[in-house]
Amino acid sequence: MGFLEVKDLKVHYPVRGGVLNTIQDYVRAVDGVNLTIESGKTYGLVGESGSGKTTIGKTIIGLEKATSGKILYEGENVTNRARSRKKKYANYNKDVQMIFQDSTSSMNPKKRIIDVMGEPMHNYFDYTPDEIKRRVAELLDIVGMNPEAMYKYPHEFSGGQRQRIGVARAVASDPKLIIADEPTSALDLSVQAQVLNFMRRIQKEYNLSYLFISHDLGVVRHMSDNIAIMHKGRFVEKGPKETIYNDPQHIYTKRLLSAIPDMDPSTREEKKIERQRVEAEYDAQETEYYDPDGRVYDLQSYKGNHFVATKPEGSNSSLQNESINTGGEA
Amino acid sequence: MAVEQNLLEVNNLKTGFRFGEEYHNAVDGVSLTLKKNEILAIVGESGCGKSTLATAIMGLHDPNNTKISGEILYKDLDLTDLNERLYNRIRGNDIGMIFQDPLGSLNPLMTIYNQIAEALIYHTDFDDKQIRARVLELLNQVGIPRPEQIMKAYPHELSGGMRQRIVIAIALANKPPIIIADEPTTALDVTIQAQILDLMRDIQAETGSGIILITHDLGVVAETADRVAVMYAGQIVEEAPVDVLFKDPKHPYTRSLLNSIPHELEEGEELHVIHGTVPSLQHLPRKGDRFRPRIPWIPDEAFDENPELTEIAPNHKVRGNSWKHFHFEGEEK
Amino acid sequence: MWKTIFRRLLLMIPQIIILSILIFIIAEFMPGDPFTGMIDPNIDPAQLDAMRERFGLNDPLPVKYIRWVGNALQGDFGRSFNYKTSVVNVIGDRLGNTVRLSLLSTVLTYMIGLPLGILSGRYNDSILDKSVIIYNFVSFAVPTFVLALLMVYIFGFNLGWFPSRGSIDVSAVTFWERTWSRMYHLILPSITTAVLGTVSIIQYLRTEIIDAKVSDYVKTARSKGVPINKVYTKHIFRNASLPIASGFGYTIVNLLTGSIFIEQIFSYSGMGKLFLDSINTRDYSVIFVLVLLYGILGLIGTLLSDLILMAVDPRIRID
Repeated sequence: MGFLEVKDLKVHYPVRGGVLNTIQDYVRAVDGVNLTIESGKTYGLVGESGSGKTTIGKTIIGLEKATSGKILYEGENVTNRARSRKKKYANYNKDVQMIFQDSTSSMNPKKRIIDVMGEPMHNYFDYTPDEIKRRVAELLDIVGMNPEAMYKYPHEFSGGQRQRIGVARAVASDPKLIIADEPTSALDLSVQAQVLNFMRRIQKEYNLSYLFISHDLGVVRHMSDNIAIMHKGRFVEKGPKETIYNDPQHIYTKRLLSAIPDMDPSTREEKKIERQRVEAEYDAQETEYYDPDGRVYDLQSYKGNHFVATKPEGSNSSLQNESINTGGEA
Repeated sequence: MAVEQNLLEVNNLKTGFRFGEEYHNAVDGVSLTLKKNEILAIVGESGCGKSTLATAIMGLHDPNNTKISGEILYKDLDLTDLNERLYNRIRGNDIGMIFQDPLGSLNPLMTIYNQIAEALIYHTDFDDKQIRARVLELLNQVGIPRPEQIMKAYPHELSGGMRQRIVIAIALANKPPIIIADEPTTALDVTIQAQILDLMRDIQAETGSGIILITHDLGVVAETADRVAVMYAGQIVEEAPVDVLFKDPKHPYTRSLLNSIPHELEEGEELHVIHGTVPSLQHLPRKGDRFRPRIPWIPDEAFDENPELTEIAPNHKVRGNSWKHFHFEGEEK
Repeated sequence: MWKTIFRRLLLMIPQIIILSILIFIIAEFMPGDPFTGMIDPNIDPAQLDAMRERFGLNDPLPVKYIRWVGNALQGDFGRSFNYKTSVVNVIGDRLGNTVRLSLLSTVLTYMIGLPLGILSGRYNDSILDKSVIIYNFVSFAVPTFVLALLMVYIFGFNLGWFPSRGSIDVSAVTFWERTWSRMYHLILPSITTAVLGTVSIIQYLRTEIIDAKVSDYVKTARSKGVPINKVYTKHIFRNASLPIASGFGYTIVNLLTGSIFIEQIFSYSGMGKLFLDSINTRDYSVIFVLVLLYGILGLIGTLLSDLILMAVDPRIRID
């Protein structure tokens, strides 16, 4: 069962205007999203820019405030409490970490790697300086880096090395979940492969979970067990990886998948025709998949745990809270 | 087959950047040709010199800190010899360029109309009416809806995909026979990328121009290119028609790169990782096989003293002979 | 856009009220009053008290404030005890001088700053650029009064090329004589102000131009075949001048406030000198109006700067 649950999460930003600068409307960055993260698994969150995928990650870690909805960590309500200093939430703070697209921009440039990585250890464990040193060396070794690296400053590393340090730092507090927001988007192919390999190795070793946020469908497919496709702040489709890639149901998922370039040049023409067909279908069937306000419909069970957001048959069958059946109302 | 005419011919081009007193070549002896009606992709990872090559062809490098040698032949001109005034007649008129970041490559303070019209002003003697007609025609060609309105807009008012269409319209303004596109879809979402790549192919088919497509994305190459040149450390290591390159890659670098594309894996299997890192410009090995440090398990005798780009099959060129002895680590030859 | 201007103007009303109350309270706590200086064995303290009573100085604060506001709304800002005339007249006399001085200084500042900034940005790392940087360092480091005194000493006192004090010659009678005399008196103080004022213009322009030179839109423009000089005039300079344009609102406002240092050293009878003199003579009614005026001008300057930025940068739209 999942240890982290997000229930009907909404993150809205007010839009101000008028003579008195009052709230005119809201930008619905995340608009009613449910997800469950299971231990040792990777949950892939896919969407184009502006879909709200990053906002979900940031809200879980406490960098954005939830407007409504709940985040439950091991049954405890931790919504908007991620940065609380109360002891009650200490475990949550320690257990959930984040990796960004550019890890070093989230590191103090005036601190050496040992200081950057030692900080979470200092905060969460009573390590002696010697133990910290040993542990940092160990973590650097796991991501394939020399122990000497700990005495260098963040800017002295290449892009791939920085991301590996970012992974190592996230692991330093011995977390259960790492939120990885586009961790390899700025990297070259061969370097990306390296970082992805390390992430998978660490996952196995520590039984880690990932919330893997990316626009790159190939990378998400490579990394994830379960996938949710996001559009306009809502999930259009979610389910096990195979079902999404092999049997996409929502028109937006189909459109996204048909746009991925294929590595086989010989099928180019067919792919183009297929893409244009899906594109036309997308335009034609918009009302089937989006309500009159352009909002994505609630998810409906399609097959087993494969959910698709389609127009409800009757007016009262709208349920987005399908996969949540645990108690633990906090 | 009809005689294919060379639009552009680059011979032994070297581009050196100044570091203190010394010059280091980012492009180090590149020769290639671009024909009419083809899309030539130049693919490689960051720092391989692919963008420097584009800048050199456009003559946009900083003359104070860059040294260029070799030839860039267009019609009967060697572009490396041109002065600034003559080069300005070529830029935009004979060679159009498309850049990576569609927001950054448009002037934020100028309307779309003025930015497209500017490309026409210096190369035609159109009057205002003709310019306006041509701008509208271009906007229609690149698939901009409501061109009359969009024309008056500023870049920040458009979406990323729209902006890139505008950038393409600017490059097309004077119907240049050559278009250079430097990572044209890297900053775009995948659905927009597909649209832009389709558009580029359509335009290419319509105008018969030759396109040099610079990218790091093998998917974009497979989807768009006719011919591919793979660059590593300032040199072309392999050049082949697109289907050959993906079906039968030869050079160790090409093969390693294709192998590191994320895909679904068997239990216990990992993505292929290329050993070591790309050396920085100052530390680039200038002698012997430049890829050699990245494949240390291949015996020394497999490498040439001075690997040359040689044709191993019609239209298929590979640098050196190491490919004949190459196998992945832990795999039998 | 009109909505924004309207809203901003509306917002200024409470701001001005709060500002005036604050200044009123502070002025009240200042030691002494206009009659303090008249304490003299020959004057009966009871007489002074009677005068205080007569001028309403003993009334409670809110009463005085409301009385003042009531008068101010009718254009009566009180009387200067020092100059024995209405505050409006006192300020009116000085305002013209200050505007003339500031206007010339501002024009000179831009005439020196813009070309130097443009040249050093365009040809950065050249000898010219390096000289401009040195000039910038020096003009930034030298205190106003040092340069002003130096100018007075060299050009006014030693060489005698320019008058070293005052705003007009008493012997000038006809219109043309007076105009010429005014101009002549302006030259030295305005050049001094201009030389010291160019730092930010040059620095902003230079760095903005250097940044813009390598920007992608400049690459696009060059790859269209636009000649390099046109690239500078049409693309680089416009983008590089945005921060300066936004500062222009404050510059316009500064025309009215004047420079305390310069006016004092050149004994130039303007707003700055008036401010200083009023403080020295505890002429609270003048100080009060001046501080309020500076506060209001500051608010207007901010609004003007925002409006200018809106006019030149299409990305900034406030509705």
